[in-house]
Amino acid sequence: MQRSIQRWFIGGAAAMAASIALSACGSGYTTSPQKNGTLTSSNTALTVMIGSSGDAETAAVKSAVADWSKASGTGATVVAASNLGQQLSQGFAARKPADVFYLSTDALAGYASNGSLLAYGDQLTNKDDFYPSLVKSFTYSGKFYCAPKDFSTLQLVINTDIWEKAGLSDSDLPTTWAQLASVSKKLTTPEHVGLGISGEYARIGSFMAQAGGSLMNDESTEATADSDANIKALDYVKDLLAAGDLKYAKDLGAGWGGEAFGKGLAAMTIEGNWITGALRADYPNVKYKVAELPAGPAGKGTLQFTNCWGIAADSPNQAAALKLVEQLTSKGEQLAFSKAFGPMPSVKSAAPEWKSANPALVPFLAAADYAKGVPAGKGSADVVTELNSKLETLVTSDPQTILGATQKNLEALAR
Amino acid sequence: MHATTKRSRRSGIRRDETASGWLFAAPMLILLAVFLVVPVLMALWVSFSDWAGRGSPFSGDVHFVGFKNYQALLAGGGLAEQDFGTALRNNAWYVVLVVPLQTAVSLFLAVLVNRAILRGRGVFRTVFYFPSVTSSVAMTVVWLFLFSASGAVNTVLSWVGVNGPNWFNDSTGIFHNLLAAFGVSHGPEFLTGGELLGVSWWGWLSGPSVAMSAFILMAVFTTSGTFMLLFIAALQNLAGDITEAAIMDGANGWQRFWRITIPQLRPTLFTVLTLGLIGCWQVFDQVYAGTEGAPGKTTLTPAYLSYSTAFNNQQWGQGAAIAFILFVIIVVFTVLQRWILRERAVSKRHIRLYQGPRPSEEGANTETLAARRETTIKSREPRP
Repeated sequence: MQRSIQRWFIGGAAAMAASIALSACGSGYTTSPQKNGTLTSSNTALTVMIGSSGDAETAAVKSAVADWSKASGTGATVVAASNLGQQLSQGFAARKPADVFYLSTDALAGYASNGSLLAYGDQLTNKDDFYPSLVKSFTYSGKFYCAPKDFSTLQLVINTDIWEKAGLSDSDLPTTWAQLASVSKKLTTPEHVGLGISGEYARIGSFMAQAGGSLMNDESTEATADSDANIKALDYVKDLLAAGDLKYAKDLGAGWGGEAFGKGLAAMTIEGNWITGALRADYPNVKYKVAELPAGPAGKGTLQFTNCWGIAADSPNQAAALKLVEQLTSKGEQLAFSKAFGPMPSVKSAAPEWKSANPALVPFLAAADYAKGVPAGKGSADVVTELNSKLETLVTSDPQTILGATQKNLEALAR
Repeated sequence: MHATTKRSRRSGIRRDETASGWLFAAPMLILLAVFLVVPVLMALWVSFSDWAGRGSPFSGDVHFVGFKNYQALLAGGGLAEQDFGTALRNNAWYVVLVVPLQTAVSLFLAVLVNRAILRGRGVFRTVFYFPSVTSSVAMTVVWLFLFSASGAVNTVLSWVGVNGPNWFNDSTGIFHNLLAAFGVSHGPEFLTGGELLGVSWWGWLSGPSVAMSAFILMAVFTTSGTFMLLFIAALQNLAGDITEAAIMDGANGWQRFWRITIPQLRPTLFTVLTLGLIGCWQVFDQVYAGTEGAPGKTTLTPAYLSYSTAFNNQQWGQGAAIAFILFVIIVVFTVLQRWILRERAVSKRHIRLYQGPRPSEEGANTETLAARRETTIKSREPRP
């Protein structure tokens, strides 16, 4: 008995020693490269981690980074992550993160609050060229964290064949909620529904914006989910759903609005400019046009989505990373990216050229003046997921109850 | 005397080889410590800390926060509690349906392919085992295709006039749907009023969603093969003499299965149930690769919630806390099940059937007992 206890002690001591040795072996754990205000600088090559939509995007980013690397003399490699969020988290935990990476608005707050990100926004030489609403999306607790990479907005996409078959012309393009309801009704037949959208906040939220509402204020500090405007918006959507002129993509047997639209199950859909690439690739025969979403009680409104170029606080070469980001967000590179895989440039100076290159997509860019961002507070992505699960059954639910629960959840975050 | 037995038991004649023994065991022990014990201890610490995912959890600016993470999950009143409750609800239904189904199906298959008269037993064994060796991600992708709104399953259902559901997009609970068929679409006040872990009692009783049911079918389909193998091995180990004795006693096939075979399979049954229980409480692959908790969070499971809380929301303490609560749940269920399946002494009621009547009962029950014995003997006689 005595000996077995002794053995346990020895085993325990060995495990303790191993755990201490392990926790000490990450040398990066103890050093903190970031000093106040100044950027780290060294000869270390940069790693750029991207969450790519496909080969076209990866190739475009690779060639842009390679060009910069050649011109600046600093080595840089591009890694296309298979699961960006997970790989970033692993890097931050190990204190060996990628230097430059894609960062979404809903991931910003989490990484910013644990100090993983470098707030370099104010040091950008092209800072004033970015759209102000995008800058706001990447501002967390008063600091402009990272340079918007590009952006997208939601607009109304119309199947022109079905539109004309229903006897509608350009003068019938809906500019009010009432008109949208009436064209949706006209376009609804047994074969297809008038309006088919993904049943989630990221689409339905555009109606909230048109009614003058939002889930949180622009700074993501205060919850405004249960406002009268939002209730009005959900009531409107619920009425359309109840009338059968609006259907969710999943109820049409499609994964998202673009698929329902491409398959001809919906005459109109609400999607962002990424739909053009999807239609070109999967449904090349569908003829369509893009119109601005109708104005609601509070005028025009839509949602915008964006990513930024994050720089790690633990990067040993932040100075070079900042230079790389300035290059990647320059007008020339952004227009090249746009040509390669379709996003809209995040800088105002590129707008005229983009518009003349993409005349059919002008409504998407025009929305930059009035589009609203999605909530970006810490944990708000969870609240939106919860809201989405409730919006699935909107037609049988009470909008006020749905928004009340969302309000409660958002208030818990703000505390 | 005492000392000699002790030494012979502890060290024996090979006492000098203790060091070599440790040396040979060392690689495995070190591997276990490095990849199992230490990470588990680290995670345990993280679940009690405010570590935010940057740098070492043992660094100076990480603080001990007591049960704060656990409290947020079990009594926080917020979204974290609600999500955890939803995940537990989903997973509990998954366990309740998958474990008995997969055990029954695998036992059934094992008995089928174990029969001596079956031709091509090897072929059937391979076919039944095949889904088990396929990667779960591949299975999930196949399942997503099969169960899509216009997929193969719904096409087959339409042949028999059934309008199949929109499987992986249908968040309604199957028991709720069943009740709705009888016109009950809202729960009674006493069920909708109260709640546990942010989910109303009515919500707990919803049953698995239609989407989760598809995953339940998948789990039964993929794991039955593995457990079938365990049962086959056990069945082939059974000695024939007890069965023969039962045949001599006149037990028919059904009786032999329930009274002779099943009791002898108890150790294997325990293994299968335990493995099934543990596996079912840890569902992750299907959710990660297939639905990410959608539709309506009805395929969210604690294992996936733990991952997404940590990696996507940077709530590492809460994520680790979920993992440890899950651990406790699994241990409790395993112990409980071990207790239920324990070897029991034959109950007095049963013993009485085999023994002669006790003197105290003789007076009162002689007639009934005698009558009973007579009928037993009669029933054993060959019928004319």
